[in-house]
Amino acid sequence: MAAKKPAERPNVSKDELLKYYRDMLLIRRFEEKAGQLYGMGLIGGFCHLYIGQEAVVVGLEAAAKEGDKRITSYRDHGHMLACGMDSRGVMAELTGRIGGYSKGKGGSMHMFSKERHFYGGHGIVGAQVPLGAGLAFADKYLGNDNVTFAYFGDGAANQGQVYETYNMAELWNLPVVFVIENNQYAMGTSVKRSTKSPSLWERGAAYGIKGEAVDGMDVLAVKAAGEKAVAACRAGEGPYILEMMTYRYRGHSMSDPAKYRTREEVEKMRSEKDAIEHVRDLLLTGGLATDDDLKAIDKEIKATVNDAAEFSKESPEPSVDELWTDIYA
Amino acid sequence: MATQVLMPALSPTMEEGTLAKWLVKEGDVVKSGQIIAEIETDKATMEFESADDGIVGKLLVAEGTAGVKVNTPIATLVEEGESADAAPAAAAAAAPVTAAPATVAAVAAAPAPVAAQGWPHSDLPEGVATKTMTVREALREAMAEEMRANPNVFLMGEEVGEYQGAYKISQGLLDEFGPKRVVDTPITEHGFTGIAVGASWGGLQPIVEFMTFNFAMQAIDHIINSAAKTLYMSGGQMGSPIVFRGANGAAARVGAQHSQDYAAWYAAIPGLKVAMPYSAADAKGLLKSAIRDPNPVIFLENEILYGRSFEVPVQDDFTIPFGKASILRAGSDVTVVSFGIGLTYALQAAEELAKDGISAEVINLRTLRPIDYDTILASVMKTNRCVTVEEGFPVGSIGNHLSATIMQRAFDHLDAPVINCTGKDVPMPYAANLEKLALTTTAEVVAAVKSVCYR
Repeated sequence: MAAKKPAERPNVSKDELLKYYRDMLLIRRFEEKAGQLYGMGLIGGFCHLYIGQEAVVVGLEAAAKEGDKRITSYRDHGHMLACGMDSRGVMAELTGRIGGYSKGKGGSMHMFSKERHFYGGHGIVGAQVPLGAGLAFADKYLGNDNVTFAYFGDGAANQGQVYETYNMAELWNLPVVFVIENNQYAMGTSVKRSTKSPSLWERGAAYGIKGEAVDGMDVLAVKAAGEKAVAACRAGEGPYILEMMTYRYRGHSMSDPAKYRTREEVEKMRSEKDAIEHVRDLLLTGGLATDDDLKAIDKEIKATVNDAAEFSKESPEPSVDELWTDIYA
Repeated sequence: MATQVLMPALSPTMEEGTLAKWLVKEGDVVKSGQIIAEIETDKATMEFESADDGIVGKLLVAEGTAGVKVNTPIATLVEEGESADAAPAAAAAAAPVTAAPATVAAVAAAPAPVAAQGWPHSDLPEGVATKTMTVREALREAMAEEMRANPNVFLMGEEVGEYQGAYKISQGLLDEFGPKRVVDTPITEHGFTGIAVGASWGGLQPIVEFMTFNFAMQAIDHIINSAAKTLYMSGGQMGSPIVFRGANGAAARVGAQHSQDYAAWYAAIPGLKVAMPYSAADAKGLLKSAIRDPNPVIFLENEILYGRSFEVPVQDDFTIPFGKASILRAGSDVTVVSFGIGLTYALQAAEELAKDGISAEVINLRTLRPIDYDTILASVMKTNRCVTVEEGFPVGSIGNHLSATIMQRAFDHLDAPVINCTGKDVPMPYAANLEKLALTTTAEVVAAVKSVCYR
């Protein structure tokens, strides 16, 4: 899992690497900005940042095709940006404005885009797992070859409904990739303090589900594993589990003092395993981009994020009539 | 000494059945545990075992006989050397000799519901052609018709397919629609409810059968947090066109964990619609509307009503809209508002009150979300008195909500406080006498009406 050593030349094009760099950087800068806006009181309630875990969603999106679906927990900003949702609409939802994806009525944890096949944004730990299997159930019923990515954390992995879902997903051969984002901490409880299972993906074996652990800080490893899982699902071989070994740099939410781990542990991950630095390294040492090229991208991303922040401040609050709309179809 | 073999009760709500087939004939030697007959209930055909060793003396009920009441003697068993005609005189005192467990239940007679056939009250328009069917058949017809009309409607739940439905509601649907559309699930309400809600977002219109709504408590997070709230949380992008249906409320003698009316719970949730049919016509018309509704619908059925027969209009595509109450019986002295099985008490009470010269108007709410306030208020403004009737718990009941609404919107029309007849504030007891007391009763409704009429 060492990342800083001189990279072997992976079999990946310059354009692909640049895209991953750009997509991961967008998530990081977006989340940093969201943190700032939270500090300024422009974002309220709970706000869970994705910083550190960017390679997971960017790598898996690289394995997806149009029509595939995704669903996740409340730590969802990265997933939305990675699947092509507009940064303005996401940020404006965080500030509770009419320009947000849910017209300001959902908030950070409850956002959706039917157009981009993003099915939330769920605030109840583990709920998205059967919901995701249900999306896959519908695709199988309708006879298309779409696949659903159902993301959940190491904390949700201990929920009973996850195992009820594993059982039915395998029984009915549903085209769903269960993505466990193991960032080592369920809020403040480390994996070691919540289970004696040596690995989370292996629990699928009890139901006959194939799976594997993946270096979730390496976007190329994530993409390769995603392609394998997706191919199995499209071939009708049923569900697949990917346990992404990853790390969140920030607290569980904005109000988390993070006393459950040391600053050194975080610093070590940042300096040795950072997903964005890894791709930056590949680009520079492989001679695929210059420092100036990357600086230009950084500048462009910064502009995008600033634009989203401006939009999220300027977009008006929903009109009072919105209190009473969207309750019934 | 000859003993009697009695018609057994084979389910908590069985009152009579058909003696479909004898598997023994007079003079046969039978062993305890040997299957001697097949008995058809409204739910299933069951094998019936002898509880004793002996020789079949007389078969008292011919095979093929329908409507044989529970505890009717159907055969005699004699001992070796005894005449087949040996009088079962002693059996009169020894009715429970055929001590199969089911018979024990029958002895402690379940509360007898009103006769099924020919129920006099109807809210159907005059002159409309009807046919008699049970609530059970009406529910099945509603699902079958909607599944024929829309290939994306499917049924899922425990025992809905190969078993033909735990309460036989889905009988025959697997044969017609196949396992893709009639999906048997493992016993995992939390999981399969989440899957069904996800499927509703993915373009399907699921019907989820809960064997009973008691088990839906394991799934209530998905019903409320996932199904009811998503349209709002997504700013109108994604709704959940899904029906959650099954038996709700007290059945008979199944104790506290299997006897709860959830009407008031679900009716409290914005984003859900809630229907609670009383008659077979309600069941059919409301369920068809529920399946077509783009919103999540809670459809609360009642096991005791499943076997009751009513007139149902014969017409293509008979539906009943949500939010439209019906007046089951017109009256002028008091308004009695009820829904579901509560109407059994309300209507019986109205009948008794009529003998005392009190004219009760009985309203069938049909849906609890939306509630047809206009019909209730118009009636109360006419009668100036109101009693509500339901089997659910008293605190935070539908009756409480109606009382508050009537107070706010028709205070000056009231000549007496509104009284809520409800189930008692206790978990459901098992003992037959206590169970009766725990539910509301016709006598309580009569007393409440007399009280608001100052009689």
